[in-house]
Amino acid sequence: MAALTGLEPVATAAPAKAPARPRVWRGLVFLVAGLYFLVPLGASLWYTLSSPGSGVSFAPYAELLTAEGFASSLTLSLGLAAATIAVVLLLALPAMLAVRLFAPRLRPVMEVLCTLPLVVPPITFVAGLSTALRNGTELLAPTPFWATIIAVQDPGFPIVLVLAYVVLVLPFVYRSLDAGLRTMDVRTLVEAARNLGASWPYVLLRVVVPNLRSALASASFLTLALVLGEYTVASLLGYQPFAVWIVTVSGSRGQLSVAVSILSLLIIWLLLLAVSTVFGKEKRQ
Amino acid sequence: MSRPRSSGWLGALPLLTFFALVFGVPAVVLVAGAFTAEGRPSTANLALSLQGGYLTALLGSVKLSAVVALAGAVLGTFLAYAVVTSRSRLLREAVLTASGVLANFGGVPLAFFWIATLGNSGVVSGLVGLPSGSLYTFWGLAVVYLYFSVPLMVLAMAPALDGLRPQWREAAANSGATAWHYWRYVALPVLAPAMLGGVVLLFGSAFSAYATANAMVGTVVPLVTLKIAAALTGDVLIGYENIALALSLDMIVVAGLVMAIYLPLQRRTSRWLH
Repeated sequence: MAALTGLEPVATAAPAKAPARPRVWRGLVFLVAGLYFLVPLGASLWYTLSSPGSGVSFAPYAELLTAEGFASSLTLSLGLAAATIAVVLLLALPAMLAVRLFAPRLRPVMEVLCTLPLVVPPITFVAGLSTALRNGTELLAPTPFWATIIAVQDPGFPIVLVLAYVVLVLPFVYRSLDAGLRTMDVRTLVEAARNLGASWPYVLLRVVVPNLRSALASASFLTLALVLGEYTVASLLGYQPFAVWIVTVSGSRGQLSVAVSILSLLIIWLLLLAVSTVFGKEKRQ
Repeated sequence: MSRPRSSGWLGALPLLTFFALVFGVPAVVLVAGAFTAEGRPSTANLALSLQGGYLTALLGSVKLSAVVALAGAVLGTFLAYAVVTSRSRLLREAVLTASGVLANFGGVPLAFFWIATLGNSGVVSGLVGLPSGSLYTFWGLAVVYLYFSVPLMVLAMAPALDGLRPQWREAAANSGATAWHYWRYVALPVLAPAMLGGVVLLFGSAFSAYATANAMVGTVVPLVTLKIAAALTGDVLIGYENIALALSLDMIVVAGLVMAIYLPLQRRTSRWLH
């Protein structure tokens, strides 16, 4: 009993003190965080809008559309993104289904493979890839494959970047699809469809894909965001998609490159918003 | 059902083949190249990659990543705790959404943001009287990296902090524990795996970052990613690409060591937080 009464002041004091003190530190935390995260945003916006001579103008944003290389590098990036999305989904979806339905023992292998690109720094991947390409071109020179390895590196549409990006986005795509597949009973659905006489392509396109719509959408949006902003692989392999173009243009036109940076933050925000609305809809259903 | 059951795993074959070709071949080439000097097997490249300027760069990268990971973890945890305990739903949603966006905002645009803010002709650097060039240093880079690291930590910690039940605190208080006791013996041990996981995540993302550093500091700050890029593109000097491969191998070893700490931890992360 004595112990219990001894505790009472603590128990009553705590709630009385609690609301007053945390509010101060919480305010302070939010103030510091707000300053740190918002000041660069505001400063960058101001940097693009005002120039010493001419006052406030939206010129850098208008200039963007006509800037040399903007349209071509953006189309290249969008094309690469579309190809990456198509290839990664075509490879990952059948593989994940096959492992789930027929080879559960392969599952840990799959998980490790699909996490590896996240552990290995992209620049080391490029180092290996570019060396392999250089050696490969030499090695294959006398064989008919030479044309293939040259075609893969076509500057107009570098397929090698698509291949590299598929590896880089695989962890994110795997996670999205895995989360999507968890929400449905794949085995029952597939077996029911098969027993009713559906062919494999039919099962895939008319049974599995519609059930995975939101997972596929979020995987695609994440891939799009990643490919649009990718710099390391493209620049070291010597191609000029969007992110590489921004660096090239920054040397001569600082305002333009900051304007593009603000736009790219907006694009990331929109893409993530799309992912969360797609997944939000799923949850509500 | 027996026929498709035995051949069904073939659906995984395209992905496995693709992976072996596009990821496996460069990996093998990387290791083979790292151990080859002048056409012969040797450890000369690796030895070279661990001395002089290369060693400085490797240590610089490790130091920068460690600073960013620790500072980001502490600041991110405070911010996440402030958000989780705040009663305003709107504030919570706003901070978590912003964290999602900013955690994905890295690379080249991030560098230009900070150059416009604190660079030599930046908007704020003039106002606060920042000496010229102070952004393009080790500490400048650390401040910039925190811009995506802190949000990353907030995203990693928010679910764990949400999992702390108020009953635990009440139970601790009822048994006579002070706030310090509660944090030391209840909350922190429960949060520790999530926090360490976050630190590893932050370390990894800072360690492998190249685009931001390249666009911001060029080669002013010695970092291993910048050295690899320089050795890869500087094909004037023959044999330098194998140094790039040896440096890459060093990086992979560091990343592998960090993952070896992380994976066993991750397995126990969610024991209490369901």
